[in-house]
Amino acid sequence: MDLFEYQGKELLRKFEVPVPEGRVATTPDEARTAAEGLGGKVVVKAQVQVGGRGKAGGIKLASSPEEAFSAAERILGMDIKGHVVKRVLIERAGAIESEYYLSFLLDRSERDVLGMMSAKGGIDIEEVAETDPDAIARVHIPPLLGISDFHARELVFGAGIDAAARKEAIAIIPTLYRAFIESDASLIEINPLVLMDTGRVVALDAKVTLDDSADYRHPYYSELRSAHEVPEQERLAKEKGLNFIKLQGDVGIIGNGAGLVMSTLDVVKAAGGNSANFLDVGGGAGAELLSNALEVITSDKAVKSVLVNIFGGITRCDLVAEGIIDAFGRLDMKVPVVVRLDGTNAEQGRKMLADAPHDLLIAEETMLGAAEKAVALAHQEAA
Amino acid sequence: MTILIGKDTKLVVQGLTGREGSFHAKRNQDYGTDLVAGVTPGKGGGDVSDTPVFDTVERAVSETGANTALVFVPPRFAADAILEAHDAGIEVIIAVTEGVPALDMARAVAHVRSSSNGVHLIGPNCPGVISPGVANIGIIPGEICSEGPVGLVSRSGTLTYQIVHELTQKGVGQSTCVGIGGDPIPGSNFIDILGLFEDDQDTELVVMVGEIGGDAEERAAEWSKANMTKPIVAYIAGLTAPEGKRMGHAGAIVSGSKGTAKAKIEALEGAGIRVGRNPTEVAEIVAEIKG
Repeated sequence: MDLFEYQGKELLRKFEVPVPEGRVATTPDEARTAAEGLGGKVVVKAQVQVGGRGKAGGIKLASSPEEAFSAAERILGMDIKGHVVKRVLIERAGAIESEYYLSFLLDRSERDVLGMMSAKGGIDIEEVAETDPDAIARVHIPPLLGISDFHARELVFGAGIDAAARKEAIAIIPTLYRAFIESDASLIEINPLVLMDTGRVVALDAKVTLDDSADYRHPYYSELRSAHEVPEQERLAKEKGLNFIKLQGDVGIIGNGAGLVMSTLDVVKAAGGNSANFLDVGGGAGAELLSNALEVITSDKAVKSVLVNIFGGITRCDLVAEGIIDAFGRLDMKVPVVVRLDGTNAEQGRKMLADAPHDLLIAEETMLGAAEKAVALAHQEAA
Repeated sequence: MTILIGKDTKLVVQGLTGREGSFHAKRNQDYGTDLVAGVTPGKGGGDVSDTPVFDTVERAVSETGANTALVFVPPRFAADAILEAHDAGIEVIIAVTEGVPALDMARAVAHVRSSSNGVHLIGPNCPGVISPGVANIGIIPGEICSEGPVGLVSRSGTLTYQIVHELTQKGVGQSTCVGIGGDPIPGSNFIDILGLFEDDQDTELVVMVGEIGGDAEERAAEWSKANMTKPIVAYIAGLTAPEGKRMGHAGAIVSGSKGTAKAKIEALEGAGIRVGRNPTEVAEIVAEIKG
């Protein structure tokens, strides 16, 4: 789960990582009130779960509450890479001496937590990595021991952080690591971490990604999630336990396992079609889940045909067939559904489908054959 | 010879008394796997279809000589189960459980890898390991496999089945198929398994199945240039996957790769590895190389 900046900063504040004082506003009036409360110059920042908002005009300085009002008026409702701005964060603006970069993240290759720091902050860090890789200091934190002060020193001295900021930066690093571990984050990126003219070191931005698998031990995750915008169809799918992403095509896709579903999208594309969605029923899907999946997909009017591509392992094809038959009985099915079953109890599943014939229910033997059939049917329906 | 599991494998299933655990353990046993024990705390002394159940792995090992564990417990208990299996002296731990917190795995993997006795951890969130005709541990449907000289390693579960199925239909059998899982912190990665296949006298060729995200495929491509004498045929899922929203940039800096299917395919082909454009084509390339 990707957090909004204001949520990330609330989390950091909880762990006593210094962040600027700020308030969230959802209307220009609220923005004005927030600016009045903070006093002085403020910065008005679009809250979106995507990077690049500065370049898109989603961050504006305001030297009075009236200016904060008009800045919020311009930013709220703005579309940034497909994300509509519903909230702005109003923060007190101060004089910045220097900008740095600091992050912790899961390192898949080394299978540990990696800390990175650079004195070249506030700019596109990917570009720094490309043009000046030595400007980024890296330190691997051993998962069983956790962080030691020397790790923080290695980052700060390695990155060549200004002497005036060293002491506070060295203090912030273990605190940030603690926030990372205790909140089950997979990424905390502070860009920039700044040295203010007051001598304080503060996290001016926060990009935080939390591990959804750790949901059960963090009751506050659901509260954070409730602020996130999810398209209606995706929300419905999620409620039903389905991993669903809306796409732009007309062939509805149901599969089990992210890899197989991705491969199915690729094969549909190669067959000349376009997928209407990514839908992974996961492992061990039962009849009800399959039936719900068909309901979610066929509720989309853009869908002209559906391709069910199941290779059963932990998923049992007899239960898949039961779900499909249930959906055909329960829903007013209007588009053809091409089904390809293999793996655990596939024979049984195929027989169940054969015993419940329906004009719009088409069984195919192979993945490629099923994809070609579903694409042809979608073209036929569209014509 | 096979890798990881073979005719000397004695299996203990952690979570044997659960619905999924008992279903798949039975299938593994029916396939010919030597299932010797189950572990469910508090249910020791009982049995599941005549397989004795113990309260702890330590007890299961001392009573039955189990050397391989299949972890089928719920996500919040999985890392603990892995540590328990490791400390009880289990040599190969295969964790099927999906949804284990990544930091739990970082600790468990660090512990397992720090031991000097060469314990292999496969998974979590993986379909398991099968050596066709010898043993099957996990949830891979045994009937789609056949004995032969092709090793397979995959980050994806069901996609593994698809490709194994295509290989079998082309008359190409497998030595061992290993699902390493798609989690952020895997117990074993491509390189770990490719190394085992390189040393396995019965494996002549390796199929490697990857997907978008991370840079494990790129690293494996680089590694194989210097370390693999056996040919590799690869497949990468996700060529047409929509670009996911990505907030931070740290991931890209670490890997130096965009993690796209295109970048991975280029890295693999750059290392002289042939990449099939769909599962069927992978099997065709393998059949062609095998002649």
